[in-house]
Amino acid sequence: MTRLANPFPGGDPLFNHGLDLTVIGFVIVKTLIVFGLLLVSVLLYIWFMRKVIADMQNRIGPDQAGPFGILQTLADGIKLFFKEHSTPARADRPVYLLAPFVSALAAFLAFAIVPFGGIARLGTHTTFLQLADPPVGVLWLLAMSGIGVYGVMLAGWSSGSKYPLLGSVRASAQVLSYEAAMGLSIVGVLVHTGTLSTRGIVLQQTWQNWHSFVSQWLWLPAIGAFVIFLIAATAETNHPPFDFSEAEEELAGGYHIEYGGIRFAIFYLAEFMNMITMSAIAVTLFLGGPSGPKLGFLNQGGWVNVWIVPVFWFLLKLWVVLYATVWLRASLPRLRYDLLMDLGWKVLIEAAFLWAMVTGVIVVGQDQHWNLWIVTPAAAVAALLVYGFLMMCVPGKRELEDIR
Amino acid sequence: MWEQQVAFWVLAVAMAAAAIGVVRSRNIVHAALFLVVVLAGAAAQYILLAAEFVAWVQVLIYIGAVVVLFLFGIMLTRAPMHDDAGALDNDQRWGGLVVALFVLGVLIALLVNAFGGKKIHFSNALVSLGRTSHVGTDIFRVFVVPFEVVSMLLLAALVGAVVLARKD
Amino acid sequence: MTEFYRQYLSVAVLIGAAALMFGAMLGAGRLLRPNRPQPEKFITYEAGSDPVGGWGQSNVRYYVYALLFVMFDVEAVFIFPWAVNLKSLGVYGLIEMAVFIIVLTLGLVYAWRKGVLRWA
Repeated sequence: MTRLANPFPGGDPLFNHGLDLTVIGFVIVKTLIVFGLLLVSVLLYIWFMRKVIADMQNRIGPDQAGPFGILQTLADGIKLFFKEHSTPARADRPVYLLAPFVSALAAFLAFAIVPFGGIARLGTHTTFLQLADPPVGVLWLLAMSGIGVYGVMLAGWSSGSKYPLLGSVRASAQVLSYEAAMGLSIVGVLVHTGTLSTRGIVLQQTWQNWHSFVSQWLWLPAIGAFVIFLIAATAETNHPPFDFSEAEEELAGGYHIEYGGIRFAIFYLAEFMNMITMSAIAVTLFLGGPSGPKLGFLNQGGWVNVWIVPVFWFLLKLWVVLYATVWLRASLPRLRYDLLMDLGWKVLIEAAFLWAMVTGVIVVGQDQHWNLWIVTPAAAVAALLVYGFLMMCVPGKRELEDIR
Repeated sequence: MWEQQVAFWVLAVAMAAAAIGVVRSRNIVHAALFLVVVLAGAAAQYILLAAEFVAWVQVLIYIGAVVVLFLFGIMLTRAPMHDDAGALDNDQRWGGLVVALFVLGVLIALLVNAFGGKKIHFSNALVSLGRTSHVGTDIFRVFVVPFEVVSMLLLAALVGAVVLARKD
Repeated sequence: MTEFYRQYLSVAVLIGAAALMFGAMLGAGRLLRPNRPQPEKFITYEAGSDPVGGWGQSNVRYYVYALLFVMFDVEAVFIFPWAVNLKSLGVYGLIEMAVFIIVLTLGLVYAWRKGVLRWA
């Protein structure tokens, strides 16, 4: 299991030879295409979610608009464009108008680092099929989800009512808590890859043969990180069973109660974009991104194998993960808020630390040719001992009562 | 490189305008948002200096965490919703101006004294100095003690916060 | 201009294009939707009954979580470059990071013991 250094340390080779209007055009066209694709994906995902949940609950689900009701979300979206929208009298108008914009922009920009295809050549230009590949890739993701918090906080504050405010404080505290856990879980991948760039991470999970599924893709070497990441990402995107931002029975809605029409649609769009982005990041970090077997009977460097096949593998993996999210939504009831915060701070963060350290020991051990059959169990036992000691230091439920 | 100069001045003017917004604004959340603009401008300046990792840390820590902490603080203490004229204003603006000018003078003197004639020559070596892996090598090979001291500092900050948050 | 600046200029173009597209969506909404203001439409929504107004305060515990987040965010900023360089740092790096993490975990345990991570 050797992992190569990133052959593109400086990012997308599109910018290697100057920046003329063609290159800028490339960037803009890619942005437009990805924007369109994300919109379509969100429309499809919402329909898919409703249909699958309906199936699981023995209902029919949407079936009127288009074949199998596939145009239902589009119809809903178009309706929202024509809805009157009035800013509440007590709202803080500039911030109120800014909030949905910030939410949506952060959601879209987070997707920019996802490699959704291979490395394509068009004329004299070579480019990644991805919007941006900053060498700080993963930091970009965390920064954008940090900016996404502003959308939630500002929407709740600027509405000028206590219910949205309560909803937004609650939702943003949740997002922050799990952002910490998510960031630390990603470390479990980084110790293997040695690069932060998403393209670099994907290139280290290339497909050579069927064995690559376990030897190259990082879901197995980083299995603990994978589990932590999935839980944290679910909570980070306010997805059930962690959907506290819209606990109707407690909050009369959520941080966006005072929004209607297209502005509400933008919040909704941002929420599902986040969902898709997090699934895509899970695919990128743990499931090899666009890597997969190529069509053997076609030319390896032909346009089908370069343009189409990687995108196909990426989309396939993405929809498998998205299906899992729908499954979660249909299966699990909402947690209690204190349990949610406990899970984040008292379980996931410690687990992410331990996983990072144990993987760190293994990676260093491999590098220095230690006997892994001794080192791995030793590291695991040491980690468990540390964890046990920690658990002995913290009070149990009954003792906490006494402290209060 | 004139492009860098243009970018610097555009960013600098925007940052200065936003900084004035921070102190002029009568609504505390608006002030915090102006502060976000200033901090984002600083991140962009770091990019111009090829300090890539530091730039993203600026976004992550200051915009993504510190100002969010401010906003939390504002929302937990009765924040005035509307422009309560005078609520965030007092009679010390002239005193504040004097202090601000003094600090500006000190900073200018300091920077000119320290770096006055020096110039940064942009090169690929400089870019690689700012990359994450190089910064990591520096932190964990050269600045080990400061790095461990940071953990103590963070611990102290946390203990302080816990003491403040407890009712008794 | 070097490649480095070109990368970030393209990021600026990307952000600008994305902002324009969302702006276009909001602008299209403005052109398409009707506008018939009535005073009732601007009343704050409080679950249907007449709003009583007032300004709620939240629990101070949220603030502790935000502060903990700042701490762990700073930690993430250190742990990322560590993870990227781990192979070259070797055992030395492992020990350094273990000390760092243990000190920070002490903070978490302290908060836990004092009961501020608890709701009720």
